[in-house]
Amino acid sequence: MAACSVEALLAKAEQEEAEKLKSITVQKDLDLEFDIGNLLASDKTRIESRDFRGQKKEDFLRSLARDNTQLLVNEIWKLPSERVEEAIVTKLPDQTTPLPREKPPPKPRPPTKWEEFAKLKGIQKRKKTNLVWDENRVDKNEYNRLKNIARAQKVKLPGVGLIPTPQQSKEDLVKAVSVARTSTASAGRFQDRLPKEKPPRKTGKKRKFEPLIGNFSNEKQKQLELLKHMGSKKPQLDINRAVNKQMREENREEAAARFKKGGKKGRKSTMSGKGGKGKGGKGKGGPGKGAQGKGGPGKGGQGGKSGGKRRGKLGKH
Amino acid sequence: MRPLTDEETKTMFEKLSKYIGDNIKLLVDRPDGSYCFRLHNDRVYYMSEKILKLATHISRDKLVSVGTCFGKFTKTIKFRLHITALDFLAPYAKFKVWVKSGAEQSFLYGNHVLKAGLGRITENTMQYQGVVVYSMTDVPLGFGVAAKSTLECRQVDPMSIVVFHQADVGEFIRNEDTLT
Repeated sequence: MAACSVEALLAKAEQEEAEKLKSITVQKDLDLEFDIGNLLASDKTRIESRDFRGQKKEDFLRSLARDNTQLLVNEIWKLPSERVEEAIVTKLPDQTTPLPREKPPPKPRPPTKWEEFAKLKGIQKRKKTNLVWDENRVDKNEYNRLKNIARAQKVKLPGVGLIPTPQQSKEDLVKAVSVARTSTASAGRFQDRLPKEKPPRKTGKKRKFEPLIGNFSNEKQKQLELLKHMGSKKPQLDINRAVNKQMREENREEAAARFKKGGKKGRKSTMSGKGGKGKGGKGKGGPGKGAQGKGGPGKGGQGGKSGGKRRGKLGKH
Repeated sequence: MRPLTDEETKTMFEKLSKYIGDNIKLLVDRPDGSYCFRLHNDRVYYMSEKILKLATHISRDKLVSVGTCFGKFTKTIKFRLHITALDFLAPYAKFKVWVKSGAEQSFLYGNHVLKAGLGRITENTMQYQGVVVYSMTDVPLGFGVAAKSTLECRQVDPMSIVVFHQADVGEFIRNEDTLT
């Protein structure tokens, strides 16, 4: 009896399972093409036109969609799954369907100023040395051991920057040089520099300023003295002023010459006409005007000169 | 805030003397009170002793400006004169340029002064001399550098620049944010 019932139970269970699986398994004439990366399943079976008549259309499409989706999901379940915070996830494989570009391809951009310069000079891109992190415990331990000894014996160490390293960068070397230079009895003050060595940039001396509200009269005195010093340092012979002066003189002489010429020309042309009177008048007018001409700009020149600073005795005006 | 060091004072005085010559001593040593220069955030301020003493009560980060700002020291320690110094440069200016009413507006917008806009110019102005620019009604408008000496000014064509613009009173509106 028990065996009979067990058999019956087993058979029943098998039947139920088969029913369940039936809904999971799908019979297809042609296998679908899967692109799991894109969650894409392509069904290439031909569709009969009689399935598309009237009411049957909706049912047909629905069942088709359901079957294909079931197959796709089956494929996804075939991938290795993992559990992440109460959800079972799987990593999708790479996409196999090539998709067209969303945006047009980037246009070649014009070379930057540096790129042009580098091309011109033939500068190549230089990769930095690929120094890797040294996992070696031995060297680290050795260094720490030495440090401990130094601390125990109260020996002063030069500084963090001077760790013995196989590859020393430029900054390390510069630091080492400056440390070596200042480790003399007078802290490097009288240490000569090598021919091409540049002077140290940071003197380490703190800048000291005058107090904010110091002695006002002292301050004034210093400033006035500075002004006096600046004033005296200005050159006596100012080239620009000399040139301008020369130009002024030349202009004046030209003007005077023009007046004289004007007088002579006038006389020649009116010789026949108003004769003596004209001559006499012009004659007096000529040198008179000329003299006045020299006097006028001369006075102006003198005035101008006295107005500005007298810069040295430049010849005779 | 701190007083200027000797080098800074020298640089500043050299710049000022380009515009006012030896009248700087009238700024340093005034009969009506004791005035001084102080440096704050790279800017040079000119103030009376009384104001200075009051300003010491304000902390450095909260202090914006004291007295009149004459100018500032640039990153390469050159001194740049600001328009706010005009009140002190104008009365002591050695070389002046008067600008015609038509070109006044152009200068106030930051353009250089052309020969066509030049009204008057002091005699004996050297080329590249610091000048103070006035309107025809003797109102100081700003300052600049003479591009040509007075003699050359007479000979050049009307479209050439005679004064390079350096600062004008229009900057009080244009550069409101950067003036202190």
